[in-house]
Amino acid sequence: MRRLKMQRSKTSRILRTMILGAAAIPSLVLANGALRPRSVTAAQEKPAAITVTIDNFSFAPMQLEIKAGTEVTWINKDDVPHTVVSDDHKLFKSRALDTDEKFSFTFKDPGTYEYFCSVHPKMTGKIVVK
Amino acid sequence: MSDYIEKNQDNDGVDRRGFLKCMAWAGTGTLCLVQGGVLKSFALNDVLQEKVRDLKGDLSFVQISDSHIGFNKPANPDVTGTLREAIAKVNALPTPPSFVLHTGDLTHLSKPEEFDTLSESLKSLKTDRIFYVPGEHDVLNDNGAMFHERFGQGTQGDGWYSFDQKGAHFIGLVNVLNLKAGGLGTLGHEQLEWLEKDVAKLKSSTPIVVFAHIPLWSVYPQWGWGTDDSEQALSYLKPFGSVTVLNGHIHQTMQKIEGNITFHTACSTSFPQPQPGQADSPGPMKVPAEKLRGLLGITDVNFVRGKHTLAIVDSTL
Repeated sequence: MRRLKMQRSKTSRILRTMILGAAAIPSLVLANGALRPRSVTAAQEKPAAITVTIDNFSFAPMQLEIKAGTEVTWINKDDVPHTVVSDDHKLFKSRALDTDEKFSFTFKDPGTYEYFCSVHPKMTGKIVVK
Repeated sequence: MSDYIEKNQDNDGVDRRGFLKCMAWAGTGTLCLVQGGVLKSFALNDVLQEKVRDLKGDLSFVQISDSHIGFNKPANPDVTGTLREAIAKVNALPTPPSFVLHTGDLTHLSKPEEFDTLSESLKSLKTDRIFYVPGEHDVLNDNGAMFHERFGQGTQGDGWYSFDQKGAHFIGLVNVLNLKAGGLGTLGHEQLEWLEKDVAKLKSSTPIVVFAHIPLWSVYPQWGWGTDDSEQALSYLKPFGSVTVLNGHIHQTMQKIEGNITFHTACSTSFPQPQPGQADSPGPMKVPAEKLRGLLGITDVNFVRGKHTLAIVDSTL
């Protein structure tokens, strides 16, 4: 049981960090209202594009620093489905990605964006937009 | 063999030796007998030689789990075939089970055609009724709406429920919805409140069987193999003399006893997963084709009224 409690306190610490990180996001969204998902085909026309690979139940790279306006594409290389969901469940939310399926999102505004896999919530990632 | 538990620091009744013994059960088939909170375990083959049928009780039921219909990768390209083999195994039992529990991950991708195949396949089960709880693979994209419509009729809240059979109280819980970043499985406040009320009316002598997809004990949190608020749920079950918790999710058998509660996880009917910490991730484990069926299986549970006895037998395909 002690192990469970330790796990809990660690989880709440992580959650606290995420809440602090997420606090900056709503004001940015309200200010611009311009954050929106882009299709994969659009990525080919856009020079600023970057890929996050989902493999072995983790996001690689787990942390990423990009310039505003960059499109990020996640690709699932695992044998099981994963999702890419912002911690607020609102900013971006992919469907379940089967093997080799992709999801893209363009980060228009500076800020720190934390996300996770809603199927395997131990999988977390962070994108810092400068 | 795993060696991540070095000492029994958590005072949870599992030392390293005991844990390794549990792990050695995986895929081999085990009979477990719980008497007054004391567990006796036997290799299934030994038990069969001593005629396991003599243990027949007032009630027998079978647990199957993690069918993952729709999965088609090398770890098992024919999950429908192995589900059929599991069904044949159930149908060959000397006493047909009163009912079957499916502890989730019926499908791999929550697709309608996957649910169709699962339902069609299970029609050949020789039993009166099948009870379900969802796995995280059954609630993708729609927060479980399709699963609920097909398998959750008449349930409470997001799909939890209870029923009584031959003096035992069965509780199906849902711990795969509304998962939070960085966390494990979740029951949630509403379900915990319902559980507290549901068991409040029972006599403490009532045997209780709880079933849910993700383990309700901390198997290996690093891989998400646990439930954040399970401790709260288990606190409501402390007054009862006999509590058995049946889970799936980890695709291997594992068992432990904590006070009055026996925890047991079932094999998958689809593909095996690695032992905790023995791989980079909990993804499907590829094994030589001739070894696959030795790692898949079903769980047969016998309940003898008045003796507070549950006999749990795992058998591989």
